[in-house]
Amino acid sequence: MAKVFIYPATSLILSDLVARFGHKPLGTALSIRERIQTAGLDSPPLQMTPEDAKRGLRWAAVEVPSGVRGRMSLFGPLIEEAEAAVIVRHADYAFGCMGCARTDELVEFLIKQKGVPVLELEYPLDEDTGIAFVRRIKEFLQNLGGSHE
Amino acid sequence: MKQKIPPLYQGTVTKYVFVESYKTTPDDLAVRAYEVSEKVMIKETCFGLQITGEESEVDMAISHIRKLDPSHIFVKDRGFPPGDPRRCRANLGGARPGYFGHEFEIGLVRWISKGIDQINAEPTSSPPLPPMEETTPLDIQRLKQLIDAEVP
Repeated sequence: MAKVFIYPATSLILSDLVARFGHKPLGTALSIRERIQTAGLDSPPLQMTPEDAKRGLRWAAVEVPSGVRGRMSLFGPLIEEAEAAVIVRHADYAFGCMGCARTDELVEFLIKQKGVPVLELEYPLDEDTGIAFVRRIKEFLQNLGGSHE
Repeated sequence: MKQKIPPLYQGTVTKYVFVESYKTTPDDLAVRAYEVSEKVMIKETCFGLQITGEESEVDMAISHIRKLDPSHIFVKDRGFPPGDPRRCRANLGGARPGYFGHEFEIGLVRWISKGIDQINAEPTSSPPLPPMEETTPLDIQRLKQLIDAEVP
């Protein structure tokens, strides 16, 4: 079982398929869970704090917007832990009010720089592309080893 | 919402169970989950369930639920427990943050279900299909031609 970083990191489809084919999906929920279950962090009660933007400096330079650095404080530790990655490019909801195109680029760059196996694909548009989407993910995941048990 | 919120349900995990099926409802899933769960909290929602508890217990309940309709049930982790005042719309009003992502993806899962059905129906040593074709955007001139063709 390998630890597979998924992006968009909140994706239901990717999270399900990675777990379904026997690996551990690394998504934002794990980072958020760690934050909200740690005592004394939230006051005022927000899941993101100014400290997170500072933590993001590990992955993004100081002149990078705080939104990117805050996001990187969630994604960065997951990328460091990842043994492989599945990335959906051009996901509608990874840009706009729910996402950030610059973070998307930075995440993709960091994953590729890390040198782990990466599968890049796009969301299906119909039945045929849906079948191809699932098949490509299955084949990619079957070829992974992984240290995590 | 200025009060300090203590950590809720420490040491537990919460997982979403989505169902997109013509033959299985969230109520069916809830009944099925109650059959095997002992120490988990199950919340039924319009799209499926949220299950909170120790990881092993949650995983056991989910593996039991999945048997009901394997290709139409989808599971993902959730960071917040159900009813957390930072996310619950009973406190905030409007759609829960994250809802729009689910709304987008739930529109695609019928094709994923089709893919899972197809993959499961195949023998294990089937030859791989050719790679997925890249989609090209519609040319603006072609779009204009189509619009003009519709106008008498």
